[in-house]
Amino acid sequence: MPTLPSDDTVPAAPDACDDAPYDLAVVGAGPAGLAAAVAAGRLGLRVALLDSAARTGGQFYRHPAPGLGARRPEALHHAWQAYADRAARLEALVAAGRVDHLAEHHVWAVTGAAGEWSVHAALGPDGADQRRTVRAAKLLLATGAYERQLPFPGWTLPGVVGAGGAQAMLKAGLVLPGQRVVVAGSGPLLLAVAGSLAAAGAEIPAVLEASGYVGYTRRPATLAANPGKLAEGAVHAAALLRHRIPVRTRSAVTEVHGKDRVEAVTVMRLDRDWRPVPGTERRIPCNALAVGHGLVPQLEPATGIGCATRLTPDGTHALVVDDRQRTTVTGVWSAGESGGVGGAELALLEGELAALDIAGRDGRGRTSRARRRDRLRGFADAMAVAHAPRPGWTAWLDDDTDVCRCEEVTAGQVREAVAELGARDARTVKLLTRAGMGWCQGRMCGAAVACLAGGAGDTASRRPLACPVTLEQLAED
Amino acid sequence: MSRNPRDTSRTPLDLAHATPDPAFEITLDGRPLPALPGQSVAAALWAAGILSWRTTRRDGRPRGAFCGIGSCYDCLATVNSRPNQRACLVPARPGDAVTTQEGTGRADLAV
Repeated sequence: MPTLPSDDTVPAAPDACDDAPYDLAVVGAGPAGLAAAVAAGRLGLRVALLDSAARTGGQFYRHPAPGLGARRPEALHHAWQAYADRAARLEALVAAGRVDHLAEHHVWAVTGAAGEWSVHAALGPDGADQRRTVRAAKLLLATGAYERQLPFPGWTLPGVVGAGGAQAMLKAGLVLPGQRVVVAGSGPLLLAVAGSLAAAGAEIPAVLEASGYVGYTRRPATLAANPGKLAEGAVHAAALLRHRIPVRTRSAVTEVHGKDRVEAVTVMRLDRDWRPVPGTERRIPCNALAVGHGLVPQLEPATGIGCATRLTPDGTHALVVDDRQRTTVTGVWSAGESGGVGGAELALLEGELAALDIAGRDGRGRTSRARRRDRLRGFADAMAVAHAPRPGWTAWLDDDTDVCRCEEVTAGQVREAVAELGARDARTVKLLTRAGMGWCQGRMCGAAVACLAGGAGDTASRRPLACPVTLEQLAED
Repeated sequence: MSRNPRDTSRTPLDLAHATPDPAFEITLDGRPLPALPGQSVAAALWAAGILSWRTTRRDGRPRGAFCGIGSCYDCLATVNSRPNQRACLVPARPGDAVTTQEGTGRADLAV
């Protein structure tokens, strides 16, 4: 694959005083942001790369801190080399003063306009320390995604963890939530998670996929155009075979049992619309459940500065981006999952495409990358449709199931707001019940509340602050 | 090392060929626990088999790490008397005193 630029030299640092705005601020150091910062730095721009974590890589390439002495971090990753190469280039660019890697910077808002963006961050591992504002002429948002959750009875019991969460804790902390872990939900991530947990020593009694995998085959042309993705799927399938993990499609965990932690789950067959089929209950003893239903693009701080969003094929919202990764706001680009979930390989490409456009390099390297991007987007859309939640899932909710984990708002309360108080959208439900008003700002319950209120709206919910900040931090300006 | 899929003695540390720096001690509600350098507070607690370290404001139900990436705020803990720290993000440090956070963790402000 051609690199950007093709030789390994690093341009010398320009003379710049500390307060001079950067040419480019990149928010997020996952695959997209990292690739973009490296490409832009090598194309001569002075770049600030901001990320909430201590190390680059984002969620996909999350890896242990040096103290854990992991000599083989790649054992937990697909396509590790793509990360390792860029991390090495970033290090060279940082050493040369071209790129500043601003770790543990939690970006909570962006203000300004093209040519004079101000990126506001709260510092520290948890964003609880002092704050800082970084100024830049151009802005690239590569804020990634978080996991979509659908509630079910018992999902708040300790031991129920996000599938991506279990993966993240394993990748960074080298720990498991339990020794016997059921993996459930929908989407391609489940197979990767089950494979990793098993490789790390967990027993996986079952993987339960609410949809199926036949949806892929309805788009043979998309499959044929993405041999790499098929190979990746085959790697996961082989890992499951090796560990003798049964995969059940059209099945879901409909209840979790246990007093203070997970002791067992009830699994049921689902019909085509994800409605549980009566009489198919089966109990599986386990001490943890890793569950998730695909990913949701992280839209903040983009929506705060007016970037337009679109409804995706699986019912989430993503930023509108054009062929050059430009958002609808002048001077703001997006790459990776914030513009639609599509995986790390796509994110790397989009980051480089954005950097080329930001640096004003139109020709070299653009066409082939754009072609590969479009092919991978096609594959991602096909998968999104195949695994999109179907409306029947709400049949597994009890009235006393918590829907909003933060504010402890039950399905019964949400249904009452809809049926008796006339709420027709998630925002009205929130005002009536407090669902989505807690610490996570509706990230965990948003999909469920929208569904219970009658479906995803045309516009994404707005969060003026991307993460909680203290009044003290706010008052510093 | 055995590659047998049924060999439950295999650990995440084996998988990553990890040889961590020496473990140190943290406490949860006064109970001493080992933590490895580089692990978050939540990871150290998971390694000790502990899955909850907070009770909810309304019903007092136990909670721990859920999303694992700092998005859900379910893993809030009181660390060294400072409440509402995301245990999945905060690195464990030698001598950290983690206490189960009840409700808002601000009982001192109650009227």
